Amino acid sequence: MRRLKSFGAFWYDFIIGDDWQVAVLVVAGLALTAILTHVARVNAWWALPAFVFAALVWSLHRATANKR
Amino acid sequence: MNALPLILTVFVACAVEAIEALTIVLAAGITREWKSTFQGMAVALVVLAIITAAVGPAIASLPLTALRLVIGALLAIFGLQWLRKAVLRATGYKGLHDEASAYLREVTAAETAARESKRGVSDWYAFTLSFKGVLLEGLEVVFIVITFGASQKNIGAAVIGAAAAIVVITVTGIAVRAPLTKVPENWMKFAVGIMLTSFGTFWGAEGAGVAWPGHDAALLVLVPVVALVTAACIAWLRSREAAAAVPAKKSEVVGS
Repeated sequence: MRRLKSFGAFWYDFIIGDDWQVAVLVVAGLALTAILTHVARVNAWWALPAFVFAALVWSLHRATANKR
Repeated sequence: MNALPLILTVFVACAVEAIEALTIVLAAGITREWKSTFQGMAVALVVLAIITAAVGPAIASLPLTALRLVIGALLAIFGLQWLRKAVLRATGYKGLHDEASAYLREVTAAETAARESKRGVSDWYAFTLSFKGVLLEGLEVVFIVITFGASQKNIGAAVIGAAAAIVVITVTGIAVRAPLTKVPENWMKFAVGIMLTSFGTFWGAEGAGVAWPGHDAALLVLVPVVALVTAACIAWLRSREAAAAVPAKKSEVVGS
């Protein structure tokens, strides 16, 4: 069980890294892009980049707020 | 898409990982014993080959749309991690990655560890240090090769980029017999973060059903835009830092 936990922790750290909210925002961006493209029939090429940039800014803000 | 951007991106990304693995291998080999170090390295390479052989074909057999959706998401998340660290390093919120101090840390730990023979390996510490270093850095190489190669349906080009990086770094490491401290590793990490994020965003959106304006040429716009946004983030954090420092100075003057 402990080995399984450390195996899972390794892959979490490898893929998700220091800020899980980045992963959430990227997945949300992809979901919104898919919905806009397939349901609303909008070629939403701009949606994912917007989420990606927002994720970067948000993550940096969280990492640096209240430091120093 | 032309294979050259793919090869170059994989080359730079894998070179960064190879430099980090080389630092660990050199620390183990020079401080402890080369035979056990090479054994650890060889076993790690075999494990990496098994992982690649098992995962690579399975991923490559997925339909391209699903593949790009999953790989795009993984690469974008992975790339953003690199960018985040690079920006934090560039603005002083995180210490710069320094191979010389990383090497010294490994050497100090290796010098104090006890010598123990185990399972036919004369120096177990050197073996495990080298095994872990090569396996962990190698996993990132495998990840980059498989994701980039499978998304472009050109695993061969990705392997060429990775193999070239490993050969160049290994040969240079053997020639200088020291960690490659002169390589601008922090800037390379910056470039890799930009490329991983750009390719991840491009493939992820394609996988979600988007048709990019200009098709593959959209990447020629996306990469500089990601670089610009990253540069803007650095400027933003620096200006915030400077703004926070000004009232502090004023209060010092008032106080004096």
